[in-house]
Amino acid sequence: MAGLELLSDQGYRVDGRRAGELRKIQARMGVFAQADGSAYIEQGNTKALAVVYGPHEIRGSRARALPDRALVNCQYSSATFSTGERKRRPHGDRKSCEMGLQLRQTFEAAILTQLHPRSQIDIYVQVLQADGGTYAACVNAATLAVLDAGIPMRDFVCACSAGFVDGTALADLSHVEEAAGGPQLALALLPASGQIALLEMDARLHEDHLERVLEAAAQAARDVHTLLDLVVRQHVREASILLGD
Amino acid sequence: MASVALSEAEKVYIMHGVQEDLRVDGRGCEDYRCVEVETDVVSNTSGSARVKLGHTDILVGVKAEMGTPKLEKPNEGYLEFFVDCSANATPDFEGRGGDDLGTEIANTLYRIFSNKSSVDLKTLCISPREHCWVLYVDVLLLECDGNLFDAISIAVKAALFNTRIPRVRVLEDEEGSKDIELSDDPYDCIRLSVENVPCIVTLCKIGYRHVVDATLQEEACSLASLLVSVTSKGAVTCLRKVGKGSLDPESIFEMMETSKRVGKVLHASLQNILHKEESLGPKRQKVGFLG
Repeated sequence: MAGLELLSDQGYRVDGRRAGELRKIQARMGVFAQADGSAYIEQGNTKALAVVYGPHEIRGSRARALPDRALVNCQYSSATFSTGERKRRPHGDRKSCEMGLQLRQTFEAAILTQLHPRSQIDIYVQVLQADGGTYAACVNAATLAVLDAGIPMRDFVCACSAGFVDGTALADLSHVEEAAGGPQLALALLPASGQIALLEMDARLHEDHLERVLEAAAQAARDVHTLLDLVVRQHVREASILLGD
Repeated sequence: MASVALSEAEKVYIMHGVQEDLRVDGRGCEDYRCVEVETDVVSNTSGSARVKLGHTDILVGVKAEMGTPKLEKPNEGYLEFFVDCSANATPDFEGRGGDDLGTEIANTLYRIFSNKSSVDLKTLCISPREHCWVLYVDVLLLECDGNLFDAISIAVKAALFNTRIPRVRVLEDEEGSKDIELSDDPYDCIRLSVENVPCIVTLCKIGYRHVVDATLQEEACSLASLLVSVTSKGAVTCLRKVGKGSLDPESIFEMMETSKRVGKVLHASLQNILHKEESLGPKRQKVGFLG
């Protein structure tokens, strides 16, 4: 994009970060008392809320029940005031449906669905402010919410986005960097085993560079895991103090 | 509406308690639950507010955009309301499940704000018949524990108080073509006066008495409710009965008197909190959902 330097000669990005640096992450579990599990995450200026209901009986038609595992149902919704230009419909449009399906695929890989046959787990994600990396923020918030609900998972699911500019791989893209039109990679990782739950890439990228971008995204996801781990431990510590252990 | 299953015994217990002016959580019939209000929660809006009334959680964002004035009111801007009942509140709101409730609440908001004295729409006019500000007020319902209308009206008032609309000037060329110029200073903006913006007070009839700020369980026991929109001076601007039961005319007058009393106190404390928050200035620590 003419006029906007995504990576300066000294190696600084538009918002002053280095190439592999993440934005500031703050998170909290147990935001809503009525839901089974809930969490809130802020990644820079991107804010996302996730709420989990379940496992409970299948709603709607019983025919959808799976005899050997639980059904994971995800909905992605972004508030009308979340983007710079006002969005007309919060959910139901093509992009939201696609995001919902991607989240579903991600969490079916991580949740131990065999433990809850014939039941349904609902994951609802709400984006309050979108400044790039919305998929990653949603996955991270949903991981914390599923943990808050006490649903057993194989491992944390940590996600991050990555891009490629001037021969350098950038981690955790903001909206300005995403809008510039370069290649973008979204990665959801299970950190302990290093398995990839979801990998998606837009735009053209030479295959020689793919490994570098993938490695940058994986490293960023592992960094996110360190932070989320701290949040979970802090939450458990607070809960056990309140119980008087 | 998100509903809760109550047994007959629980309903009788609640009704007997209300008769004695003692509700399940210890409040009196005219007491509100603890209300938390915070403004400026979402940064890419012109104004925003979050209200937590017990377990009811509402987030309102106001975006100001330029548009053309309506034909019958060429010197005024206007407000557009949209209510999104998020699936966070209950799985029943997934997909299109929350649309009915959302439309009902939005229509109520339209009716309240259609009153000329609520908001001075002439301040939103840029040039008559050509340009005006349109304020899109978007309400997001995150958690539902009864008394939605009250919480939403408080949040809308707080968000409108927090709204900052950039100041623009219309420059006219020699040929007569108009150009709109934005002021250079990003902090130069116009604020709306929310002195006359009303708040809704919902009164639910339980047995022979009525209660203010009903929880979900109390709403399940009540057959009929009255929504009264009250301004800070105690004037009633809008009245609506909801629910499947019926009300007799005397109780409607009693409920209206209660709502005027309660409404004045509510407005006074809301103004207090909003001014206190404003006086802390830009150094105020924003809590949002992290607190």
